[in-house]
Amino acid sequence: MTSPTLAQRPASTTRPSDVRVGRVTFGRVLASEWVKFRSLRSTWWTLLIAVAAMVGISALISWARNARWSQMPPREAAAFEPIITSLRGVDLAQLAIAVLGVLLISGEYATGMIRSTLTAVPKRLPVLWAKTLLFAVVTFVSMLVSALAAFLVGQQLLASHGTTLSAPGAVRAVIAVAGYLTLVGVLAVALGFIIRSTAGGIATLVGLLLVAPGLGQLLPSDWQPHILPYLPSNAGAAMYTVRADPTLLSPGRGLLTLVIWAVVAVVAAAVLLRRRDA
Amino acid sequence: MIEAHELTKRYGSKVAVDHLTFTVRPGIVTGFLGPNGAGKSTTMRLILGLDRPTSGSVTVDGLPYAQHRDPLKVAGALLEARAVHTSRSAYNHLLALAVTHGIRRSRVDEVIDFVGLDQVARKRAGAFSLGMGQRLGIASAILADPSNLLLDEPVNGLDPEGILWIRTTLRELADEGRTVLVSSHLMSEMALTAEHLIVIGRGRLMADMPTQELIARSSGQVVVVASPDAARLREALAGPDVTVTDAGPDRFEVRGLAAGAVGAIAARVGAVLHELTPQQASLEEAFMTMTRDEVEYHSHPIPPETAGGAPDRSAA
Repeated sequence: MTSPTLAQRPASTTRPSDVRVGRVTFGRVLASEWVKFRSLRSTWWTLLIAVAAMVGISALISWARNARWSQMPPREAAAFEPIITSLRGVDLAQLAIAVLGVLLISGEYATGMIRSTLTAVPKRLPVLWAKTLLFAVVTFVSMLVSALAAFLVGQQLLASHGTTLSAPGAVRAVIAVAGYLTLVGVLAVALGFIIRSTAGGIATLVGLLLVAPGLGQLLPSDWQPHILPYLPSNAGAAMYTVRADPTLLSPGRGLLTLVIWAVVAVVAAAVLLRRRDA
Repeated sequence: MIEAHELTKRYGSKVAVDHLTFTVRPGIVTGFLGPNGAGKSTTMRLILGLDRPTSGSVTVDGLPYAQHRDPLKVAGALLEARAVHTSRSAYNHLLALAVTHGIRRSRVDEVIDFVGLDQVARKRAGAFSLGMGQRLGIASAILADPSNLLLDEPVNGLDPEGILWIRTTLRELADEGRTVLVSSHLMSEMALTAEHLIVIGRGRLMADMPTQELIARSSGQVVVVASPDAARLREALAGPDVTVTDAGPDRFEVRGLAAGAVGAIAARVGAVLHELTPQQASLEEAFMTMTRDEVEYHSHPIPPETAGGAPDRSAA
């Protein structure tokens, strides 16, 4: 495939000497998950796409807004808000994060790696906690940096229409975008454990994040306020939106709603992981 | 030591493992034998806690596998289906496993050297041949120097040199006092490797005994005799528990008498003997006899075409 020298040499007849073996601890499971995370090239590509989407798409939108400022229809001009404009890449970044979260576990089921993982950690649940924690930390750190970069680049490109980090709501919006993406990541890992297949997991997440809000518009209008704001993507929008929007929850309630989504998914994943055959 | 008690696993209405009770003892290589689909792999997955038993229980060194605090030290496994992420290198695969038990990095290099994969350890495991995949599986099985080893069809895809290497390694591991359970559907392989055999068919226990005993028991007592005085000798051999069957001109098979007894009778009646051979059934035959009714997928001969065409065809 890659090289013609891909061959084995005869096995050795002298077995390696004694080795000290410790107990399985949560810290060790976490370290093992980190080895697995960093040793797949697809991890880094997908994460790079998330960063590129967050910074690149945001910059592009900011640049376009400024370049076409004079041609903007009055309604759009009235709705313009520089902080959100410079963070608009979140819409695409969430997909990359969702894909990566699902892949972290569906890749193990697809290849059979899960059997090795659960033979090393037969209590199973530490694997779920470790994967979730690891991915949450990686996502939060990388997306916080990306969102901050997107904001700073975006405000530069918006030029006179831009604002600064000291504007009311700016810091909260940057942190909230990273927080939203982190919770989407947690939801994705949990769904990966529940659904086990890459295609199924990604389809479910795309449905939940992108399709459900659109479908919700078809509901009777008096139902909508009771359902739509609680969908994950709308709860997320509530977290990072700066200008008050009557169709959305308050930032705090948006965060709470999304946390509940994530917790319910993780608990369901835990129950199924313990109960099902690997 | 692996102890299964009334171990049962159902998938829907299909019973994969049916009230299995057995003990795998340390110090010897135990062969786990059965036709494909007999439930060998399922049993191994149950031992490792990958599947939950429907009823019954199985312990490794006295505890269910999942309750051990250092599971990889207790049991190392090579499972039949590959259990490696295809995009990860062999080195990182083993490292990820080692890290869960705080095993030093140099141990990973040592086991890679041992199985002979050092030149390809940094390549993605997905590019490995079946034999290399098996070697990687063996490396992960011995990584934590476990006291129990479970190997599901380890010789699959190995070249003759690799097979010999596996055999010697398994013997050594057993000689050191470890418990070694090796599954196979190849009886000839097991006859060479295993001192004790556990035979299952359709999930049920069919035999649990030393390899030699299994062979001896299934042999029955067949003596092949060739003699120019065949007719006279057959007459003299006749008795209530003796059956004699033809086996070519002046040759026949005697059941129910030992070779020595046949020789003595021949001497008494003055029959010349050209051949007097006690037959020992191979393990292969013993196994076939035992599991004839237990194989899940029989092959049936295709019925021969009726000459002259089927009668119903002319009616159509």
